[in-house]
Formats: sequence, C-alpha cells, structure tokens
Amino acid sequence: MEKNAIENIINLSGDLRWQIGDDFHDHLAEGIYADASEIANASVSTDNSKKSFRLDRKIDRIVTSKTWGFPIMFLILGVILWLTIEGANYPSAMLADLLLNNLHPVLKNLSAGIGLPWWLDGFLIDGVYLAVAWVIAVMLPPMAIFFPLFTLLEDFGYLPRVAFNMDYLFKKSGAHGKQALTMSMGFGCNAAGVVATRIIDSPRERLIAIITNNFSLCNGRWPTQILIATIFIGALVPASFSGLASLSAVVGIAVLGIFFMFLVSWGLSRTVLKGEVSTFNLELPPYRPPRFWKTIYTSLIDRTLIVLWRAIVFAAPAGAVIWLISNIYIGDESVAAWTISSLDGFGFLLGLNGVILLAYIVAIPANEIVIPTILMLTVLVTGIAGGEGAGVMFELDSANETADILKAGGWTLLTAVNLMLFSLLHNPCSTTIYTIYKETKSVKWTVVASILPVIMGFVVTFLVTQIWRMF
Amino acid sequence: MENKKNSACDTCAHFNAEGLKKLGVNIDSTDYVVALAGNPNTGKSTVFNALTGLRQHTGNWPGKTVVRAEGAFEYASKKYKLVDLPGTYSLLSTSEDEEVARNFIVFGKPDVTVIVVDASRLERNLNLVLQILEITDKAVLCLNLMDEAKRNHIKIDQRSLSRDLGIPVVATSARFNEGIPQLIQTISEVAAGEIICKPHRIKNIPDNILKAVKKLSIEIEKQFPKIPNSRWIAFRLLEGDNRIINAIKEGELV
Repeated sequence: MEKNAIENIINLSGDLRWQIGDDFHDHLAEGIYADASEIANASVSTDNSKKSFRLDRKIDRIVTSKTWGFPIMFLILGVILWLTIEGANYPSAMLADLLLNNLHPVLKNLSAGIGLPWWLDGFLIDGVYLAVAWVIAVMLPPMAIFFPLFTLLEDFGYLPRVAFNMDYLFKKSGAHGKQALTMSMGFGCNAAGVVATRIIDSPRERLIAIITNNFSLCNGRWPTQILIATIFIGALVPASFSGLASLSAVVGIAVLGIFFMFLVSWGLSRTVLKGEVSTFNLELPPYRPPRFWKTIYTSLIDRTLIVLWRAIVFAAPAGAVIWLISNIYIGDESVAAWTISSLDGFGFLLGLNGVILLAYIVAIPANEIVIPTILMLTVLVTGIAGGEGAGVMFELDSANETADILKAGGWTLLTAVNLMLFSLLHNPCSTTIYTIYKETKSVKWTVVASILPVIMGFVVTFLVTQIWRMF
Repeated sequence: MENKKNSACDTCAHFNAEGLKKLGVNIDSTDYVVALAGNPNTGKSTVFNALTGLRQHTGNWPGKTVVRAEGAFEYASKKYKLVDLPGTYSLLSTSEDEEVARNFIVFGKPDVTVIVVDASRLERNLNLVLQILEITDKAVLCLNLMDEAKRNHIKIDQRSLSRDLGIPVVATSARFNEGIPQLIQTISEVAAGEIICKPHRIKNIPDNILKAVKKLSIEIEKQFPKIPNSRWIAFRLLEGDNRIINAIKEGELV
C-alpha cells in the first residue's frame, strides 16, 4: 500500500472540504433527521385518542415544580430513612443476640477447650470475630432495607428528576448538572459515586464531582448518624417525638452535606478549577413500575452483600489492630491509652475527644467501624464495667446502654453534634481514596480530595464548639 | 455434529432458545463478537443481562453504563461475546462515551451490532441507528420497551421498518424476557451470514456534498477494495476527524 495514495486521499478530502463549505456537519445532521422522520412516519402510528403520556407528565409537573420539587425530595429521603431506622431495630437486636450473646461464649469455650494461648484467643475471637460480628449485626439490617428502597426509587426513574431539580444550583456553583446523579450514587457508596463521574465529559467538572462526592453521606456513615441522633437528639424531646427528632437531625446532616458540596464546588470552580459550565441534555425517562421482587433480589446481592463483605474484610484487621494497641504497653500505659491522652487536648478544641480522633484514624479503612471503636476505646479509658475487657469490641443490647457508656466517657450534646458533623466532614475511606487515585491518576488531586474534607471538619467543629461554649 | 436442518423446530426461535447457555463473564475463545449499541435509557443493560445471565446493575437513568461491559452466551453450539457499549444519542461529536462506542463499532469490527431502541421514541432513536448503519452492514434492530409503546398506544409496523432500514427488526420487552429468543435467533443468523443486510444509507443530503462524498469514496475503495464503509469514512474525512485520518494512515481500517 503506497503512502502516496493515502496522502492523496487525505489531501483530496481537504480540498473537497473547502469546496463544500463549513456547514457540512449541519447538512449531514439535517439529512439524518429528515431520513429518520421519513422512516418513522412510514412505520409508526399513534392512537392519539388515548394518549397516556399524560400521567408521566402530570407526575413530572409536581415532582419537578419550583414549589414542590425540593419538599418532595426531602420527604422521600425522610420516609426512606424512617423505614430504615424503625425497621432495622428488631433484626439488629436478633443478630446481636445470636452472634454476640450466644455464639461468642461458645467460641470462647471452644478455644479454652483446645487450649489456645490467651493472646491468640484474644486476637482472633475478641478482636477479629467481635469486630466482624458487630458489623454484621449493626450494618446488615439497615443496608438490607436502605439499598432496596433506594434501588426501587432508581428503577422507578426518580433520580433524573432530582438532577433536573438541582441542575440550576449546580450551574450556579460552576459544576455539571450530571453531578446530581453521581451525588445520589454517593449516598450509597462514595467509591461508586466517584466511578460514576465518568458520565461527566469535561475533566474540570469531573474533578469537581470527584472531590465533592465525599459530602454525600455514604452507607458506612448513615448508621453512625442514626445511632448518635437517636441517643442524643431523640432524648431532647418527649418520647413520642424522639423518632421524628432524630430523623430530622439525620436529614439535616445530609442536607448540610449537600450544602457543603455546592459550597466547595463553587469555591473550586472560582479558583483552581476555573472554566465554563458545559451544557447538556438530560432526558427525563418515562416512569417505569419497578419489578419489585427482582429489584429486591438484585439489590440485596449486588449492593448489600458486596458492601457488607467489604465492611467485614476491613473490620477484621481493624478489630485486630484495636486489640493490639490496647494490649501492647509502653511503660505502664497501652499504646491506645497513650495516643488518646495525647490527642485529648486537640480533641477538646474541636468539642470532640481523643477517643473519637483515634477511632477515626483506626477506621480509615471503613467508616462502618467508627462507633464500635469509640465504644471499645471509651471503656478502655474510663475503666467502666460493661464491656468484655481491654481491646474487645462489643455490641450493647440497647441504645440506652450505649448512651450510658458514652456519657461516662464525658459525652455531652455538644460532643454528639460535633461527632455527627465530623462524620460528615472527614477524609473518605481508603477504598474511596484508592478509587479517586485510579480515576484521576493524580496524586495531587487525590491528596486534595482526601485532606480538604478533614480540614473543613476541623474548622466547622472548632467554630461550633467555640460558639457553643460562649453561651 | 450435524448442522442439517430437518424440521420446522430447528428454525423456531422458541425451540432453539432452549439451547441458550448463559456464560456470564466466561468470554474465552468465542466464535462471534456482538456489540450492543443504542441511546441511553433504552434498556441495553437489561438486554445484556437477559443474554449473558450476568446481573449488571440496571437503573432508570441515562448514562448508567460508563464502562464497556462484556459477557458471553452460547447458542446452537456457537459462542458469542457480547459487548455492552455506553449509550449515546449520536456518533458525530466527540465526547468520551461516544468515542468508546464508535471506536468499538469501527475498529472492534463486531460480527453483529445489535442496536437497541426505545419503541415509544423511535424517531429520535433512529438518528443513532442511521449513523451506525453507515458504518456496519451487519446489524439487528432490537425494538425494545414494546410494553411501554403498547401502553402509550403506539403501533409499529415492523415489516416496513425492517424493509426501510434494510436490517432485521425484533420486537422485545427485555424486562419481561419477551422477544429475547427471537433476538438470539436473529443475531445468530446475521452472524452466520444467513441473513444478508442491505442497510439504509442516508439519503437527504445536498447534491454538492453527495458528489464530494462519492468522489472521495471512489478513491478510498481504490486503495482499500475490501472496505465495507467507504462512504462513512468519506464523511469522517470531510469532517476532518483526526482519529479516522490516523486510522487510514496506519491501515487500521482494513
């Protein structure tokens, strides 16, 4: 094949391009549309007398309306959370009873029977096993409710309406409207949300979406929010309203997260990631009645079990680490106690404490284990009875007992509020950090995405604490 | 192995669907490569899952498939690799997902391209169909979401549509597994060359452009006598598409 001939073809195409003028692209596009319309007219017939498009449009007119769009969004989120919180209680208690109260002693006896050395027994059964059991008991029920509900909503076709409602806000903040979709995915899992940003073409807007995805409360953080809100916020009001109060607090944190996402997007697009907002067409797909059982099944298999498995994989070594730092001594203090007392001063400034900060370091692999770590470390520091001993993770049968331990650890309403804020504003989990690196291929942006939320968390909790203490 | 046809059953889609083996991600040593293209939100991933037995997550929002998913199935003792392309409205611009989809159809040289369209929005979907038919002449139109079209009282004359487009048309409701056996049968017939497509080529083009395209495609065919889509390459060259210009230089298109 001669090089010349090919050069000739390319040169010829250049000449011809001059001859036909620069509206070639438009003419071609028009030609395609004209053909499409001819073909469609020849084979498609619509019975206009019974159009049922109208139902879709009627629903859209309400859920995307200026007045009702946002209230309906929050209402739907609230209902899903309420079902999750209320529905998860019983299965959670049953699982805890089975895994912690029944199976744990059996395992302990078994290891005593075969004469396992105390440190191996502690490491495996009190460390690894209890961490895994806690994660299953506390996380499986809410996930098994939250994910299928969210997937039903997704299959129904509601997510593009969310994007439609929020498009204006995203444009205002200099980000891409499709970020609404990746943000929604982030409410399930931030790593999944980061991968989903591939639907955004512009690299600038994609980076903004990646960096701010962490502000969507992920599945690993919902249980933390729900538990702390139930204990501390729910207790502020009469019992009959406590469910509603804790629910509102959690929704409030989620909305605050959305607010921070807009704020940071706006900040980034005005400073280091300047540029034009690209326009796009968002198709509002027809509503489709979800195939209920199939959706339940696939969301259990695809989401719930995968996320649960990930939590177990990370919880097991974290449980071991907790047991180790609580049982290795420097002088007469354990590593954990020593770290906690040196973090306490900084923690006080933020309205938190050393235990919480250490827990967030231990829990970098998985947000899911923050609360069990905090409980375990609190027991270690305060020396109160109730747990299984040094460095042993445990589940408490009721929120009341958890509350007792936390209050014994010096927790106040301020600590709870700040913990909820810090749970929203801190570094992404290690999986998400790794995913960000894989997607951006940039150490710089990975570091920004990891550090920025922590700094914001420090600033926000510091300010809240200082203002709180003034009054 | 006997390939002789001796009864009506052998050509009946329902009978043969019994022979469908969903191979999941086992995509080694396949006989044919099948690409799955279409607009966003037309149910490509549902069709993909129905054929491969995989459970790629499907969702009712456009742009869900951001990576190219691959799977396989076996039918009548032939193995097919199925590639789920990102959904696009067109192949004319240069966003990332459109490039992924277009490059696979052009350079991946699939044996069959299944174009999944939303039956209740046919006209808009045809925009992409007509572009794909300029590139490849081994295609099947999967008229999906028929249940929705029916609900909206839309009727489609499949035979005239098939005649106009020059490719086989199969009506499906992939969510309910309706029409999937017929789709598989049609894919296998196109792959094996039992159905020869005569794809529609875009007609409503001004004369001066048509002349230029003809002139150019004659030259291209002189150089690459076996090329199936000289006209489309001429379009791309006139557009100044660098990816295609490079491909010609490197001889990637043959």
